[in-house]
Amino acid sequence: MADSDEPMVVEGGAGDGEWEGRWNHIQKFLERPGPFTHPDFEASSEALSGFHNIHVVDMDTIDLSNLNRQFLFRLKDVGQPKAEVAADFINTRIPGCCVVPHFKKIQDFDETFYRQFHIIVCGLDSVIARRWMNGMLLSLLVYEDGVVDPSSIIPLIDGGTEGFKGNARVILPGITACIDCTLELYPPQINFPMCTIASMPRLPEHCVEYVRMLLWPKDKPFGDTVGLDGDDPEHIKWVYQRSLERAAEFSITGVTYRLTQGVVKRIIPAVASTNAVIAAACATEVFKIASSAYAPLNNYMVFNDVDGLYTYTFEAERKDNCSACSQVPLDMRFSSSSTLQEVLDYLTESSYLQMKSPAITASVEGKNKTLYLQTVASIEQRTRPNLSKTLKELGLADGQELAVADVTTPQTMLFRLSFTS
Amino acid sequence: MAATKASKEQKYDRQLRLWGDHGQEVLENAHVCLINATASGTEILKNLVLPGIGAFTIIDGHTVLGEDVGNNFFLSQNSIGRNRAQAATELLQELNSDVSGNFVEESADQLLDNDPEFFHRFSIVIGVQLSESTRLRLGSVLWAVGVPFLVCWTYGLMGYMRLVVKEHTVIESHPDNALEDLRLDRPFSELTDHIQSYQLESMEKKDHSHTPWIVIIAKFLETWLTEHDGQPPKNYKEKEAFRQMIREGILKKENGVREDEENFEEAVKNVNTALNPTKVPSSVEDLFNSEQCTNITSQSAAFWVMLRAVKEFVLHEGKGCLPARGTIPDMISDSQRFINLQNVYRDKALQDAAAVAKHVESLLQTTGKVLGKNAAFLRVVHCRSLAEEYAVESVNKDEITSCMDSPDSEMVLYLMLRSVDRFYQQHSRYPGVYNYQVEEDISKLKLCVTSLLQEYNLNVSIKDDYIHEFCRYGAAEPHTVAAFLGGAAAQEVIKMVSHQFVPFNNTFIYNAMSQTSATYQL
Repeated sequence: MADSDEPMVVEGGAGDGEWEGRWNHIQKFLERPGPFTHPDFEASSEALSGFHNIHVVDMDTIDLSNLNRQFLFRLKDVGQPKAEVAADFINTRIPGCCVVPHFKKIQDFDETFYRQFHIIVCGLDSVIARRWMNGMLLSLLVYEDGVVDPSSIIPLIDGGTEGFKGNARVILPGITACIDCTLELYPPQINFPMCTIASMPRLPEHCVEYVRMLLWPKDKPFGDTVGLDGDDPEHIKWVYQRSLERAAEFSITGVTYRLTQGVVKRIIPAVASTNAVIAAACATEVFKIASSAYAPLNNYMVFNDVDGLYTYTFEAERKDNCSACSQVPLDMRFSSSSTLQEVLDYLTESSYLQMKSPAITASVEGKNKTLYLQTVASIEQRTRPNLSKTLKELGLADGQELAVADVTTPQTMLFRLSFTS
Repeated sequence: MAATKASKEQKYDRQLRLWGDHGQEVLENAHVCLINATASGTEILKNLVLPGIGAFTIIDGHTVLGEDVGNNFFLSQNSIGRNRAQAATELLQELNSDVSGNFVEESADQLLDNDPEFFHRFSIVIGVQLSESTRLRLGSVLWAVGVPFLVCWTYGLMGYMRLVVKEHTVIESHPDNALEDLRLDRPFSELTDHIQSYQLESMEKKDHSHTPWIVIIAKFLETWLTEHDGQPPKNYKEKEAFRQMIREGILKKENGVREDEENFEEAVKNVNTALNPTKVPSSVEDLFNSEQCTNITSQSAAFWVMLRAVKEFVLHEGKGCLPARGTIPDMISDSQRFINLQNVYRDKALQDAAAVAKHVESLLQTTGKVLGKNAAFLRVVHCRSLAEEYAVESVNKDEITSCMDSPDSEMVLYLMLRSVDRFYQQHSRYPGVYNYQVEEDISKLKLCVTSLLQEYNLNVSIKDDYIHEFCRYGAAEPHTVAAFLGGAAAQEVIKMVSHQFVPFNNTFIYNAMSQTSATYQL
């Protein structure tokens, strides 16, 4: 996240990590007018040349397998928080740069934290986290007479990679397509059917899933309360051996330690080069937006270098009824004799909502009633019977608003219930 | 501190899943050469050092200036005044202790003058921010000895890559979305026997619903062939009728309603692709007919010997088919039926690979196993020499002119780069480096553009805006553009060294302003 409060004076002189010629390469873009620059661009010699204050948020610690591509970390750093080691490295290597680390989850911060930034850049490893950040920035928008106040917009630059494929996108909350507008670009993970895993395995992956999902909970090999830890080699070894046995039963070949770990940890292959390409593309966008030197990417670029090098750039469109960025409470149509379970299924299974464990509340007879909540065991137990009740039985009326909370969004979503019968 | 084998497996785990242990081994035996440790150069090397390239050597006669440190993550303030190759090697080396870093404090031109054979030892030479004359000299030396040459140039908001290699073979191209090799139109005897062992009509429901769709299609195809004079379904109408035949095969309940048989649904869905005729892809046929394949000598590279063995296989044991690939896609089935079917294909592939190996033996002594299952995906890439690209008689006029029908296509950036080359030749500097030069260089650069177009007789026009923009760039090398090229180029180097995945052919242009790119064969 880049926060450039103090424009930096470029004329060199000694002192403070400055040296002659330091900004030569970048100066040309900031000081010289040109035919392709953004209409808002004003060439000036008081250049904004470096991003001084950068905050980094990362909840992870460094793993040995990160070192094949994460160039700010070394062997000695394994086990340390990524944010802190990265900040240290950059602050040392780039004089005058001030990176502030936060060894936290993005969800540990609220609007007061995020509001301070000019730009947010994400390299997150899940769609859920992306949706959360997307929702957070949308919640900061200020509307006047239905129009967004531009000063409340914080651009979000998002990059992601998988093997030799990657993408970079620019989101201007309230203006361009947001993460949820394009949820179909992130199809939900496909899990193998239970009957295949339980009784009709065909692939080595089925054997590993059998051990992970059925055998481990049954055998509890490392203790009653010990869950399977994909990072523990002893756990993986155990799973590997049992998977081999399972595979042998069905004459399935191909179970290896590497495959086992890949399935348990849902490992996605990764290399330095693809990450470098996407990170660079994102950084170019940060530069363009911060300096107004050029119009930013509008608004989605896809990259693939499996066969030659291929890029495709297009403008992802906003969805009128986007669950995150459209201003309107969303319509939910059910028969009054539908059960709450059907509503829950709709929230989790519809491809444009893809919620994980939604909590549903409604205002019934003037009081806030929790209809169903999964994330707290005692409440889950208490509200579970509601799932099999009909909407009518629950006291819900046509036109009623339901409030839904979920990990995929920092703010509660409002739905308007309309009865079809 | 040498890493143990186990910790190297862990460290490289995420990339081993892409190119395998054998790919990694080749990488670790490679020695790459970088000419000029500018930001583009060090970013490329970073992405080769991290995955464990065996060794690198940086050749650079420049002394580090303040501006070099300003855009290069692998130079620091106290590098100023030192030789750039040496300074960069230090900070690159510390990325990965498995890699051996070397440097030569000379310019490429000096080495070309005094010891051109120095370049023969490298797996590939990467030349960054080179002048045209150095580029052409290097190109000629490396072409003669078959060392691949990757030219990279970050110029303002443009990234440029040119791959120069006479012949590059790819055995494992790893195509995304390849068609399966099911042989349903020309079943081998073991497959026919296996299909015969099924009697769909007399199967219990459980078995019927868990019969693999390959078997289902094969069975119904048998019936169709007898009813249609040995002709498989060819057009949409016939395929639709065939699909209907399969649907009719779904078991019915007592009341006549169809059961839920997902395997039959899968069969219906896969009719189109399953009926694809088995044949040798034309790209592979072309390779069979090429000179290198037809004339195998003691000098022939292993790839051509193996390809010739595959050709012999196709003519003899294969009866017109490539060696069987041996894999089938996952599908609804019970375990035993799936595994048995899979083994039929696997065993056939092993048999065919052994036959190929026998042919190889009679040509040479190597294994044909890896080649067998990749036979349909073999690729050979030829990237023209720079001399050919630049010569008036052989310049690719058609490609350039047709691309310039869209005057803002990336081709205009290529032409500007060639014009800038000319400017450098004439004025011994690049346009617009200093603020005061920008205005006056515009007309000078325009003259270079005009002379370039005239010399090549290119009837295209270049907007003045681009000429202005290229003066504005002042030959700057912004870090983010250099970093993009760093990732792109490094992966092409890995492809070249490992012979896995297909490299680009032969010019790649990245436009950071629009975040678009294009590949041209020039």
